[in-house]
Order: sequence, then structure tokens, then C-alpha cells
Amino acid sequence: MSVKWKPKPSQPAPVLERGVLRWVRNNLFSSLFNALLTVLGLTIIVLVVPPFVRWAFVDAAWLGQSRSACEQMEQAGSAGACWVFIKVRFGLFLYGFYPEPERWRVNLAFIVLALGIFPLLIAAFYRHEKIEAAFCGAGILVVFLIFGVVPGIFSLFYLLSPYALPHVSLRKLFVSFDQLVLRWLIRGGVLAIWFLLLYFAVNVLGGGSTAASIALLGTLLGVILIFSKGLSVIAWRWILLFTVYPVFAYYVLLGAVFGLPEVQTHYWGGLFLTLVVAGSGMATALPIGILLALGRRSDMLIIKTVCVTFIEFVRGVPLVSVLFMASVMFPLFLPEEVYFDKLLRALVGVSLFYAAYMAEVIRGGLQAIPKGQYEAAKALGWPYWKMMGLIILPQALRVVIPGLANNFLSLLKDTTLVAVIGLMDVLGIVKAAMADAEWIGFTAEAYVFAAALFWVFCFGISRYFMRLEKRYHVSYR
Amino acid sequence: MESKAPDLNEEQKPKINPLNDERVRAWIVQAIVVFLLVAGAAYAIYNTAYNLQKAGITTGLGFLDETAGFDISLTLVDYSRESTYAQAFLVGILNTLLVSILGIFCSTILGFFLGIIRLSSNWLVSRMAAAYTEIIRNIPLLLQILFWYLAILSPLPGPREALSFKNVIFLCNRGLQIPKPLWEEGFAAVPIVLTIAVVMSVFLILWSRARQRQTGRQFPAYLTSLGLMIGLPFLALLITDFPVSWEVPALSGFNFKGGITVLPELLALWLALTLYTATFIGEYVRSGIMAVDKGQREAALALGQTHWMMYRLVIIPQAMRVVTPPLISQYLTLVKNSSLAVVIGYPDLVHVFAGTALNQSGQAVEIISMTMAVYLTISLLISLFMNWYNRKYALRGT
Repeated sequence: MSVKWKPKPSQPAPVLERGVLRWVRNNLFSSLFNALLTVLGLTIIVLVVPPFVRWAFVDAAWLGQSRSACEQMEQAGSAGACWVFIKVRFGLFLYGFYPEPERWRVNLAFIVLALGIFPLLIAAFYRHEKIEAAFCGAGILVVFLIFGVVPGIFSLFYLLSPYALPHVSLRKLFVSFDQLVLRWLIRGGVLAIWFLLLYFAVNVLGGGSTAASIALLGTLLGVILIFSKGLSVIAWRWILLFTVYPVFAYYVLLGAVFGLPEVQTHYWGGLFLTLVVAGSGMATALPIGILLALGRRSDMLIIKTVCVTFIEFVRGVPLVSVLFMASVMFPLFLPEEVYFDKLLRALVGVSLFYAAYMAEVIRGGLQAIPKGQYEAAKALGWPYWKMMGLIILPQALRVVIPGLANNFLSLLKDTTLVAVIGLMDVLGIVKAAMADAEWIGFTAEAYVFAAALFWVFCFGISRYFMRLEKRYHVSYR
Repeated sequence: MESKAPDLNEEQKPKINPLNDERVRAWIVQAIVVFLLVAGAAYAIYNTAYNLQKAGITTGLGFLDETAGFDISLTLVDYSRESTYAQAFLVGILNTLLVSILGIFCSTILGFFLGIIRLSSNWLVSRMAAAYTEIIRNIPLLLQILFWYLAILSPLPGPREALSFKNVIFLCNRGLQIPKPLWEEGFAAVPIVLTIAVVMSVFLILWSRARQRQTGRQFPAYLTSLGLMIGLPFLALLITDFPVSWEVPALSGFNFKGGITVLPELLALWLALTLYTATFIGEYVRSGIMAVDKGQREAALALGQTHWMMYRLVIIPQAMRVVTPPLISQYLTLVKNSSLAVVIGYPDLVHVFAGTALNQSGQAVEIISMTMAVYLTISLLISLFMNWYNRKYALRGT
């Protein structure tokens, strides 16, 4: 006879050990101290968040076009933020005192930059040619539709030429001449003719004073074409970004050529100026920083001394004093006749300052690369720049992505310091807008808006670099 | 059989184009760099001399003995309109150091708190610390300084409607007014007793360490010495019948009289520097604690140490080795960041000296160089300390 054993149905876990309550107990009230902390935290949240939300959203004045809209709200008993102020002054915050009919030029410069840089940023993760081509096509179409034919044609060339240029191999043409001298002579001759052709073409098209610089730019590209061995699409995009784009942006923003009215830099301002300072700062500080880092690790005593002195000096002083120096002392260093634009002084100051910090970060990366890599490159008989450019630096930069990201972020935040020497960046404009008699007393709104703007940019950059870091993470162990 | 093997004794130097010799190249490159530097410097010096001469400015440090002729709103040493530029320079340095030390002190406390809290098992507070860190450190410091100064402190009511705490501490748009202690006769006993307490504590700690090493018995030396340092001075105060009186700020006319006034500029700068720097310090502390190997933690617990002992004896000493170097350089950054005072008019070195004094005297080269020299000296001292610290505490061997 067998007894069938029947287990009792198992009881449910105690209330405190399941579901939400269990989570609450484990994560919020696991000990007396934790319970106290939780209560304290909740108190702070209750004290800070609802009043802020009420001020910024619930009671805020969103509608209207003038101060009276906010005053009505205030009289109705709500003391919320006056976002009307931001709305009315939005153009000022974005473009500064850049004349309104010319603001499309700023938009154009930034849209072309975005179109040029997005494929590169995305290509850091994966490269999908069809999507990229579709993106470029759509971008060109947008530029055509918004800005007209001439900018459209420029963007067409700018975005599509990286696809064509890798197939243009001028190198072979010249290598076939076996005599060294003859080869150099012919190369030089071709470049000279190319330069003159461009020069006259730009002159005929009405380029005027731009002719020389555009012809030089074209010649530079010609040099790259003649001497390079089949660069990739991405490489060409980088080259164009660092050669063609700055010249284009310079003339579009400053004007005084091709029938564009001149807009001097003291009209530049707002977010636009912040991005100009940050962008050119990042684009110049990194290459200079790489050179400084290489110099610091060089065997050449004099070069090493110069680099170490520069880096340590710059890292020992605050950016404010460097900017003061740039604005007060640079003009003294130059003859009276030379006018040194205030914005340019600030740009030089910011980029040299951050170059020193970049150099220190990159030096860390250079030191982290195993010695075998250097030795292997040397054993292959590679010259210095080839070794650095193709073996060491790609690995070193990958190691120091977090440090570079930190520096880029500090640079972006420190662009606000140019307000100290009187440039109208976002903070300068905010201050100027607050001085407007009609809008006195809306300080908090202006600063909260500016803070939100910076926060979005900084947070975005930090997240991008975090992904990049994950993508390129390599362990040397 | 005669072979035409090459004679190895005869030195065969391959003919190299000297331009392809690495050493020759190095010298050429360096010569070019030196030439460019010297030429650039000469050009700059020539132009500077010419420009200064044209502007009628005499170079040299002679201007330091001239009368400055401007007021400074916060002076830690005697200073008046009739004082010299050199004294203004000193006032500027002291003000920079004042706000830096205040900022370093508070941001360290807040930063350690943030870092520890962020690692806590408490879901809510660790998220709050993370949110705080992510928000504050992604907003430019300059903006935060301006926010505190212009959006929070400036719109405060005037002295007449000042916010008051028990009519002793007042906060208004002229700053924070706090009572000022007035030392009366007999107060001298307190610092003397405090010194004695400190000395006693040092000996107590040394003794308890020696005893623990020999016998293994422990003695709560730190708690005792804390008690000594608080208790003895308090006893002294009791015996001398509290020879301290407080000068409480009081409204007279349009402003407060008496007490100590903390300028709104100082408050704003102090607050912004503290809140901003603390986020970075918090991150260093967090990464330092996380860098301690898990095995250390487990070993400590396996030995039967309590959580408190584990932190005090195992985790924190090892974490500090990781935390200290970035912490010190963050302090240096804070000192340099204090120069942002210039935007709100806190009279620090840059504002007083590279601002007002420069505009008045026109001695740009000297003043900028002196200002930079001060910061360079501070950073040099700090990096000397760092080198010493690294030599002393860095892991050896591995």
C-alpha cells in the first residue's frame, strides 16, 4: 500500500519579501541609516522639484509678445518664469547682433558643417554607404531648396567629391617619369598652372580678394592628390572638413566678397559665436596638442625643452589670464598697422591654452603604447611620421578618448570666458539682453535658458564620446 | 682558389646623403625652431618696445611704489586709496587665496559626501547624487557664478527688508551679515589650552599606537583626543566665564553696522566654486573607492572586521592613493577658476591687479607677467607636493 505524499501548497512569500515592497525595503530602507538618507532625499526632492516645476512650467508665461504678457500673469497671482522674454529675444540669443537679413549665412555655414560632419561622426561606428549617400543627397536638396543655386552647387561638390576623389590617382601619372628632377619639375609646373588657372577663374567669377586664398586651397588639394596613394572616402571627408570648409565658412560668415555684405566680427554673437569659438578651438587644439605631445617625447633636446616649457607654463595659469594676455599683449607684439581682430585673439588664446591640455592627455596615450609597437615600426624601416601617423597615434588616441572628451567638454564650457574680454557669446548676449530697459528683471530666466542650452550640448558630447570609448575599447592585458 | 670576397677589415662606409642622416636632420630641425623662436621673440620685443615708447609708458617695476588710488571692497590687510600698487597686488593675492581656501574646504566635504553617497546601496540618494553631478558639471562655471550673483543674490531685498535668522544673521543684497566675535580679557587662555590639547592628543595617539604594536590592546585615541580638543577649551571658557561677546550686526540708516559682512560677490563665487568642484571631486572619490579590488573587501570581511573597520583600515587608505593626485590637481583648477571672479567684481588678483591696476597704470606687460607668475608659483608648489606624495605613496614593485 502506498501512500501518495502530497505536499502542502507553498505559502506566498511574506509581504515584505515580494514585489514593490521588497524592492523598497532592500533599496530604500535596508538599515536605519539608509532610511534616514531616504527621508532626507525625499525632503530635498519635495523642497526643490515642485517649486521649480511650478516656476518653470506650470506658472510660466509662454504666450504673448511683450513684457505685459508676463506682468498680467504676475498680477493674476502666479510668479512663474517669463519665457516670453526668451521667445522674443531668441534670434539675439542664437545669432547675436548679426544683421537679420544676413542670418541665413550663419544657417548655411552650420548646415553645411552638419552635413559634412555627420557622416564622419556616424562612420566612427559603422559605415553604410547607401544611407550615407541618401543623407548627402537629402542634404544637398535641402540646401538647394532653402538657400538657392550657388550654395546648392557648393554643397553638391563638397559632399559628393569625397566619393570621386579616391578614384582620381594623379600619382601614377607622375611616377612614370623616371628621372627625379624631371618628375619634380613637372609636378611643380602642373601645380603652378593649376594655381594660376584657379586664380584667374575666381577673379573672372567676381571673387576679387578671395582669389589668392581659394587658389592656394585648390593647390593644396592638388598636392594631396599628387602625392597620396588612394585615400579613402572618409579620409577625403576629413581633408575637406579641415581645408575647404574653413575657407568657405570664413567667406560666408564674414562676407565682403561674391556680393555678400560684410559682417564684421563684432556683430557676431550668441550661440553662433560660442560654436565658432568651440568648433575652431577643438579643430585646432587637437592637432597642435598632438604636435606638442610628440615634441615633448622627442629625442631632440631643444624641441623637447620648448614643448615642456610651453605646456607647463600654460597649464599653470588660468584661461582668464591667457585671454587677458591675448587681448592686451598681442596687439603690443605687433606693429601698429596690423589690426588683430579681437575674435581672432580669443581664438588663438583658447586654442593654444587647450592645446597644452590636449598634449598632456595625448602624452599619456603615447606612454601607454607598448614599446614593441615603436620597435616593430622602426624595424620595418618606417620613417618617423609614418610610424607615428599609422601605428602609434591611432592606438594612442584610442586609449585617451575619455581624456580627450573631458578636454572637449571643458573647452566648450570655457568658451563662456570670452565674455570676459568683451565678446558677445551666449553669456555676453544674455547680459546685454538683460540690460534692455524693457526686459529688466528676468535674469533667472535668461540664465536657466543658457544653462539648459549648454547642458544639452555638453551632455550630448559626453554621451557620444562614451559610445566611442566603448566602440574602441581595447585591453592591453 | 682565390675568391674575391670583400675585405672585411677595410671599412666600407656606405655613402649617405647627409640629409638622410637622422642626427643631421635633428640638428637642422632644431636650428630652424631656434631661429624661428628667436626671430619671433625679437620681433615681438621690438614692436612692444616701440609701441610702449609711443604710448609714453616706461617699462619696469617702478610703478609698484606709486599710489594706486582706487578702493578695494574686501581687504584682509590694511589698504586704502593711498596705498601702493604693490599693496594692491598683495590684497589681490590674499583675496584669491581666501576664496580658494574656502572653496577647497567646502567642496572637499561636499565632494566626498557625493562620491560616497553615489556608491550607497540606497537607490534614491545614489540616483540623486548622480543627477546632481550630471546636471552641475555640464553647465559652465562662469554661468553658475553669474546665476548665483545676478539671479539669486542681487534680487534679494535691501538691508531694510533683509532676511534674518533670529535677528542675528542677516541676508540681503549687500551680502551676508554675521556676528563678529570680540575677544575680551582672559580669552587668551583658550588658544593656549587648545594648543596644550593638540599636543596632548599627538602624544596620546603615538602612545596608543606604540602600545597596540607591543601588546595588541587598542585604545580609542582619536575619540579621546577629539574630546580633549573640544572639552579643554570649553572648560577654559567656563572657568574664565565666557570672555567673548558678539557684535551683532544691526541696521542703522541704509546699511548694517557691526558684525562681519560677507560680500555677495564672495558668496556667489564661493557657492559656485564649491558646488561645481564638488561634482568632480565626487567622481574621483567614487572611482577611487571602486578601484579598490573586490578581494580586499572580501578579505577584510573574512577577517571579521566590521564594515566601519573595513572602510577605515582597508578601503579608504587604498582609495586615497588613487584619489589624491587628481584631487590635488582639482584644487589647483579651483584656484585657477577663482579668477572668474573678474566677471562679478570680486576683488581677486585678476580683477584688482590685471583689471583695475592695469587699466590705471597701463603697465600691461609687467602686470600680466606678475599675475601669471603668481599662478605659476602656486601650481609649481602644488606639483612639487604631488611629486613628493607620489614618491611616498605610489605602489612600488608591481
